[in-house]
Amino acid sequence: MIERVTEIQKQAEAEISAASSSAALEDLRVQYLGRKAELPQLLRDVAQLPPEQRGEAGRTANQARQSLEAMIEAAAAGFEAAEMSAALADDNVDVTLPGSPLETRGHHHLLSATRREIEDVFCGLGYSVVEGPEVETVHYNFDALNHDPAHPARARSDTFYIEGGGEGPEQTLLRTHTSPMQIRIMEQAPPPIALIVPGRVFRRDSDATHTPQFHQIEGLLVDEGVTLADLKGTLLAFARAIFGADRELRLRPHFFPFTEPSVEVDVSCFMCEKGATSGGERCSLCKGTGWLEVLGSGMVDPNVFAAVSEHGYDPDTHQGFAFGLGIERIAMLKHGVPDLRFFYENDLRFLRQFG
Amino acid sequence: MRVPIDWLSEYVEVELTPVELSERLAMTGTEVARVLHHGPLSADNFVVGKVLSAEQHPDADRLRVCSVDTGDSEPRTIVCGAPNVAAGQTVSVALPGAVMPDGTKLGEAKLRGIKSSGMILAEDELGIGGEHDGIMVLTDDLAAGTPLAGVFAVSSDVLEPELTPNRGDCGGLYGIAREVHAATGAALSAPPWSDDPGASTLGSAPAGISVTVDDAALCPRFTARIFENVTVGRSPIWLKARLAAAGQRSISNVVDITNYVMLVSGHPLHAFDLDRIAGGELTVRAARDGEKLTTLDGEERTLDGDICLIADADGPTSLAGVMGGSRSEVSDQTTSVLLEVAVWDGANINRTSTRLGLRSEASSRFEKGLSPEGALEAQAMASALMLELTGATLVDGTLDVGGDGPAANVIRLRDARIISLLGTPIARERSQAILEALGFTVTAADDGLDVTVPHWRRDDVTREADLIEEVARINGLESLPATLPLNRTGLAGGLSREQRMIRRAEDVLVGRGLSEIVGWSFTDPQICDRLLLDDDHPLRALVVIENPMSSAQSVMRPSILPSLLDAAAYNMARGAEGCALFESGSVYRAGPSDDGMAASEHHGLGAIVTGPVREPSWADAQPPAARIESAHALVSSVLGALGIEWEVEDGELPFLHPGRTAMIRTAEGLLGWFGEVHPAVAASWEIEQPIAALAIDIGRASALAPTHSIFSDLTSFPPLREDLAVIVPSGVAAASVVSCIIAAGSPLVSRAEVFDVYSGEQVGEGRVSLALHVDFAAGDRTLSDEDVAPLREKIVAALKVELDGELRG
Repeated sequence: MIERVTEIQKQAEAEISAASSSAALEDLRVQYLGRKAELPQLLRDVAQLPPEQRGEAGRTANQARQSLEAMIEAAAAGFEAAEMSAALADDNVDVTLPGSPLETRGHHHLLSATRREIEDVFCGLGYSVVEGPEVETVHYNFDALNHDPAHPARARSDTFYIEGGGEGPEQTLLRTHTSPMQIRIMEQAPPPIALIVPGRVFRRDSDATHTPQFHQIEGLLVDEGVTLADLKGTLLAFARAIFGADRELRLRPHFFPFTEPSVEVDVSCFMCEKGATSGGERCSLCKGTGWLEVLGSGMVDPNVFAAVSEHGYDPDTHQGFAFGLGIERIAMLKHGVPDLRFFYENDLRFLRQFG
Repeated sequence: MRVPIDWLSEYVEVELTPVELSERLAMTGTEVARVLHHGPLSADNFVVGKVLSAEQHPDADRLRVCSVDTGDSEPRTIVCGAPNVAAGQTVSVALPGAVMPDGTKLGEAKLRGIKSSGMILAEDELGIGGEHDGIMVLTDDLAAGTPLAGVFAVSSDVLEPELTPNRGDCGGLYGIAREVHAATGAALSAPPWSDDPGASTLGSAPAGISVTVDDAALCPRFTARIFENVTVGRSPIWLKARLAAAGQRSISNVVDITNYVMLVSGHPLHAFDLDRIAGGELTVRAARDGEKLTTLDGEERTLDGDICLIADADGPTSLAGVMGGSRSEVSDQTTSVLLEVAVWDGANINRTSTRLGLRSEASSRFEKGLSPEGALEAQAMASALMLELTGATLVDGTLDVGGDGPAANVIRLRDARIISLLGTPIARERSQAILEALGFTVTAADDGLDVTVPHWRRDDVTREADLIEEVARINGLESLPATLPLNRTGLAGGLSREQRMIRRAEDVLVGRGLSEIVGWSFTDPQICDRLLLDDDHPLRALVVIENPMSSAQSVMRPSILPSLLDAAAYNMARGAEGCALFESGSVYRAGPSDDGMAASEHHGLGAIVTGPVREPSWADAQPPAARIESAHALVSSVLGALGIEWEVEDGELPFLHPGRTAMIRTAEGLLGWFGEVHPAVAASWEIEQPIAALAIDIGRASALAPTHSIFSDLTSFPPLREDLAVIVPSGVAAASVVSCIIAAGSPLVSRAEVFDVYSGEQVGEGRVSLALHVDFAAGDRTLSDEDVAPLREKIVAALKVELDGELRG
């Protein structure tokens, strides 16, 4: 019997070595190790041998079976990897075909994306973001912000008034700037405050560089010991965050009713060096000046504090700065949008370029 | 306003180039919009000539051949076409080489065979007025060959400053000169009104005129002087040239004097023909409603009770501070002139010019608020010119109602305050020098300076902060350090929860492939009809603009839907098969809001999806079209992201498909809707395919969102899932089946969700089969089939009783 086992083992080993596929191996496994195969049968027959022969015969047959199993398994492993590789190689597609579903990325509108970007800069500087009503009163939009009764912005040619909106300070209008929230916030919260007010504003103006609705972000910081130099530092941080780390700032004196002193703020042009492009041409973005006008600002006028003095704002102890910028303007400068009209046309070919 | 540098130089010694000067002015608070040039670029080769002879051209009727002495060794021959050229005249000559204002360079040319070496100039050829009826004839005291630039302003750069509303004092050249003086250190001349020929007449009124001012608030000062023996005629060339460079047309010597003085002093003047002031009396009063006045421009104006006018015995004769009336206009026949210089209330003038749609050089100056003292300065300067240029005599007396303004304000400017406001010191001596250059009077004080405000800055500089601005702007802000605020405590900053929630909602939609639009807040009142709103629908409570730019933009949008439809229509007209858009912004309703605002505004989030839900692709050639379920899914995504519990219920909205309208219900009430746009509404936007739409009051939704989620143990004891197929009558809402199952299986049914809907032969007419996943779970153990079996029976029974439902076999 031992001879027969050895014989079967030799024959099986030769055939396993010669096998050329995992299917052939499977056939060999059934042939030599399957239920009806000779070797397992021999193993079962060991019990009928005389007791003194059982030990060796059983051992020999068992070893032969284990050895063949291991051999088949090893051979099969080699075939499986190769065969899977072959099958996968056949199962190919043109990977350059588009994805499916096609790109379904949506887009934030450039104005929203820009607003968020600016909000995030000021959030990082410790400012809160607050929003206020678009339908406002003369009191909050003009009077409390120290606008002279004759200030031209109050004219019906400049400001939208609401029908049936009353008279005097309570007359309603569409806010012409986000500044009314300066007053509303100071009425609600004592100093110190640091906030920005993004929002939609309206002016009666429509031409190549004006739309009757546009978007502003107002900033207001009030505390003890706040200076114009602090305003400059704050806006410098903003300008560098939005337009690049190399930017410089220039303050030009100006006039706004609700700040004193008032300044217009220019950022050094990011498309050129002092007004000239690398090719020596006059920069078209800054018109060769080297500076881009980005916002208006100043130190909060004492009269504005006087309007909210009962809420803890004392012009003798508190100072603050305020600034206002146009989101459209920042977006146009930063992204090279040539015309305001793109923002409100909502052409998908425009929308899909941003956000 | 135009500031010719040549003219400005009479008051301040400008040494900078126009561009340098503009930059310096911009950096000290006076923005210069443009730098222009008036006349030829250079005054070279423009000289005075003497016409020695003027003969008829042998071959041309209209030409004369002149011999002109231009200061050279020989007279030169100039062929001239002007009818008025004559021997003995002193004229302006452009020599060969001169460059004319249009850029052409003059050469020697033959005219009908005769060589002409120069050109005798008419006014319009130098950009002075429109007259071309003849050459300019100059005064005979000028020597031949004198450069023309020494006679009048031939060539000048012109600045166009943009004045801020607080600087009424810069409405005249002398005010600008003072700024230039302070900003650049250039020497400032004495004011041109220093010598008043009428100084001795002050203190008494002239005979022959009386003035009554009804309302001193509208007219703080009214002054007048009378000139007799006036000869109205043309102005001298230097005056015409200056007016032209400043953009003004010459009219007559008297009118030109009023304009000239206004351009220098910033204070408007008005000349009346004294003989045409009926009754010799003037009254300053409010107009009566409907009263009429024909202004100098020939327009008849209808006035109202807020408008201030000057009347004589025959009624209104001048529109105060805006424009004179034609009845008392100075004409060629005028011999007696009443020169009025008054001060008007700026706000009133602003209202009047706005109401009448009439802006003038005068109104734009008075609007800014002028000082009463400036009136007599203008009188002084104008008087001298009247005497010099019109041959007039000044009648003794100066009429003055109202007098000087309030006493000058004295303000303490503390050194410490400069540092605390600016964050950097400015030396006291420097502050003093700056303020004095601007015309302030300064004396030393313990902790700074005591500063007296000049009358021309009375309204603008009233507080210490105003003085600090003056000092800071002239000192320059370039050297200001950039610091960050100190002492900040307790300000964490950041977005509010509502803002974070709104961003989250927007991000969900962007992630689902929608693109954000920004629509107009304005819309057309016809929007209500286009949305098929009933006459009494609450959305018809529109916020109406009193002074819209057009009727199409005359109300505020009552819904977020129309701007989305606008954008969809716009893009589909340009070839888009469909689109997926959303907008996040305000919508408006008339009447006060809950929180006391003037109108109700809420932050709406709206979306529409039309056309294929996905773009067709090679692997997905025919994706389904967007229908109500697409909108439903978006609502689920948004409200799910916010963690808001909500339910759907059937709804009805006029602008939505009546069979495909759903309301979003929360414990706090309705939060919005979704569905498909009514085909008739879609058609009004020329869209012929289903449009899935939704709108959520996202401001309110974000308030409902839980501040934070609390942990639930969903992993220790996984649920047991059973699938049920239930046949119910087809009117039964899926939501009723779900709530029936949840109620009957309580408390162990943790979830029930429809995953398939079937109607057809196998379930019978009028019936529908819903297949649902039902999850059973308990928080403290894993459930077995034995736990679930009785519940399952209860559910089946409840479905049978409550909904006429049965399990599908």
